Amino acid sequence: MDLTAFAAEVGADGPVVPVGSRTQWDVGGAPDPDAREVKAPSGIVAYEPAEMTVRVRAGTTMAELDAALTEHGQMVPLDPRSADATVGGVLAVGQSGLRRLRYGPVRDTLLEARFVTADGRLVKAGGPVVKNVSGFDLCRLLVGSLGTIGVLAEVVLRVQPTPKASKWYRREGLVDHRTLHRPSAVLWDGGTSWVLLEGHPVDIALGWDEVEGPPALPRYRRSLRPSKLPMLTGRFVAELGVGTVHLHDPPPLAAPDRPDLHARVKELFDPTGRLNPGRRVA
Amino acid sequence: MPSALVADLEAALAPARVRAEPLAMTLYGRDASVLEGTPAAVCFPESTAEVQAAVRIARAHGHPIVPRGSGTGLAGGAVPVGDPVVIVTTRMNRILDFDVEDRMAWVEPGVLNLDLSRAVAHLGLHFAPDPSSQQSCSVGGNVANNSGGPHCLAYGVTSAHVLAIEVVLPDGSLAMLGGLDPDPPGYDLRGLFVGSEGTMGIATRIAVRLTPVPSTVRTLLADFTSVEDAAAAVSGIIAAGIVPAALEMMDAEITKAVEAYVHAGFPLDAAAILLVEVDGRPAGTEADAAAVADVCRANGARTIRVAADLTERALLWKGRKSAFGAIARIAPNYYLHDTVVPRTRLVEVMNKVYEIGARHRLVMMNVFHAGDGNLHPLIVFDRREPGAMERVHAAGTEILEACIAVGGVLSGEHGIGLEKRDYMSLLFGPDDLDAQARAREVFDPDGVCNPAKVLPAGARCGDLQRVPEGAWI
Ligand SMILES: Cc1cc2nc3c(=O)[nH]c(=O)nc-3n(C[C@H](O)[C@H](O)[C@H](O)COP(=O)(O)OP(=O)(O)OC[C@H]3O[C@@H](n4cnc5c(N)ncnc54)[C@H](O)[C@@H]3O)c2cc1C
Repeated sequence: MDLTAFAAEVGADGPVVPVGSRTQWDVGGAPDPDAREVKAPSGIVAYEPAEMTVRVRAGTTMAELDAALTEHGQMVPLDPRSADATVGGVLAVGQSGLRRLRYGPVRDTLLEARFVTADGRLVKAGGPVVKNVSGFDLCRLLVGSLGTIGVLAEVVLRVQPTPKASKWYRREGLVDHRTLHRPSAVLWDGGTSWVLLEGHPVDIALGWDEVEGPPALPRYRRSLRPSKLPMLTGRFVAELGVGTVHLHDPPPLAAPDRPDLHARVKELFDPTGRLNPGRRVA
Repeated sequence: MPSALVADLEAALAPARVRAEPLAMTLYGRDASVLEGTPAAVCFPESTAEVQAAVRIARAHGHPIVPRGSGTGLAGGAVPVGDPVVIVTTRMNRILDFDVEDRMAWVEPGVLNLDLSRAVAHLGLHFAPDPSSQQSCSVGGNVANNSGGPHCLAYGVTSAHVLAIEVVLPDGSLAMLGGLDPDPPGYDLRGLFVGSEGTMGIATRIAVRLTPVPSTVRTLLADFTSVEDAAAAVSGIIAAGIVPAALEMMDAEITKAVEAYVHAGFPLDAAAILLVEVDGRPAGTEADAAAVADVCRANGARTIRVAADLTERALLWKGRKSAFGAIARIAPNYYLHDTVVPRTRLVEVMNKVYEIGARHRLVMMNVFHAGDGNLHPLIVFDRREPGAMERVHAAGTEILEACIAVGGVLSGEHGIGLEKRDYMSLLFGPDDLDAQARAREVFDPDGVCNPAKVLPAGARCGDLQRVPEGAWI
């Protein structure tokens, strides 16, 4: 399906809900059951390793994208919870993966987006190059917007070289992440710390216990100022230096400063409220 | 007799911090671009409350507002259009707080980029975005323009280093965008504000991320006998899986000009030189430096010089960062363009730039962020020569068109401002521009914050924008 046909399918009226692979379906609440489901087209459109960018349809699964990039020693460090997740779904949810400490948040990865607006138009935001200040940065607005202001159809992502080596380590107690050079992840569950180092094999050698990977992550998330993490109690896995805390129970809903501004985003981009009704970007 | 507007501003601030005399009108009528306009008044608030007061007074008197930092912008972003009150942040230049635990600092918008890095250097930290203008540009201006610099290749542009922004909106109210935690609730308004060029409000406090200074650095200078070889080396380095901390290119003309000025030991007969910096932990850095040298040699590099110590490294960088100063010795004027093309199309576009220059009888020089594909064609000329300015503009338009034709964009770091706003339609269709206009409307429904900038007139129905006489847009 080409992008114009997809825009026509989204159309200009009636409630619609964009569907990926439903791996993060509960984020932001359940969609209106009457909403018509739409699925973004899939497939890799253009990939030139020397550009370190890839143009991909939003319905492509992360597994398919990773397979294409791995062949050239590259990756998109989005690290979704499931390889079945679609590129569009991962961006719409906007939750960064475990390696955020090193690679930054999801939003720094999206260079260009083609999305379908509430009135069925196909719109381009950003551009296909790694550095761009031509106009307002609508890509930032789209990441984490849960499909409530536009339906992603095709995107250009920034890719990275896959590190030469990567190792998880474990040690008892709270590790000071600042004593490590650019760690990819540092986790702490109140007792034990886990560290992911990536890079040159010599640089990432650390005299701690090597482990297979990180501990299992509880399903809910909460966002805290990083320096607050050492005060945490209870059952959790915290991303040190980042501030994301993984919890077993849903955290209290947070409200943004100036909710009126956020409401105005929705009103201006989806005046009739037809995009993903029922979901809340909180 | 001061006007009612000036009298009200003087009452709210202090008489000495409000100016409306002819000298101020001229000084604050322009930035570092070739464009100019005229303010209704200029004021210098010292606090968020004073910014709010100035905004409310301007609005009450029916004037728009223009935020301004150091005025080093190259796209006319701070040039006053529509008889506005220019609100200058240079007196809001305090570093309010920094937190070593969180590796962040709260700063006022007028803090100079380099002053921030200097203030935290003793902690082993720095503010990573490093525009060549870093001695004089403000952090507020960096945020508004989403500025870049040589080290943004590996560390990311300003947007990746801003956590939260306190903004005075065009109605005088306050908003906090983003936050110190990683995922603040709501839409990413912080991300939208960065790069909005003063059209969405005035940043009055900014929380920035501070980055550790790397433990090991290697700086290499490679020289090539053809631009093609140098550009192939750029692609080769990236394709080899190395993201250098910086990857800069200078062509023959600019290398000669810089060498005569700085005496950095740059080869005078090179067609192009690459300045490559890698950093990190020792083993990885040495391995990357060796790999970079190999790729350069494989692509025909004649010599590769590795800076032996900090002094030599500083000298090489001085050569790169003094390029604009060096040009002043060659011709009285230069016009600096700023576009981005896919890295693999650099040679093609550079050759096109030289061809356009030859056709318009203009000298073209290139010194730019090759690793990002961020090209900076420099048109060197003498403004006093009849018709020179027209030829410069005509050549500039052709350069932009050539860049966009190969999949490039209008600006990589200087912004759209007044300079390129009417070129926006080369890149974006009416529906794309309408979406951008809506985004601006979230903050500035009346279009009174830095009017006539970024978006062309009519991007959303009902807007009417005037442009100053003689402005090239
Ligand atoms: C020699 C030279 C070299 C340069 N090199 C680089 C470079 O390497 N990389 C690069 O990116 N740029 C470069 N620039 C351009 C310029 O320095 C940057 O764009 C810089 O970020 C502008 O900062 P400023 O404080 O001078 O802003 P100004 O010129 O005063 O303003 C720029 C824009 O920001 C807005 N603005 C300023 N302050 C605020 C605020 N507090 N709130 C809201 N809006 C605000 C203004 O309205 C305007 O639109 C260079 C300029 C020169 C002259």
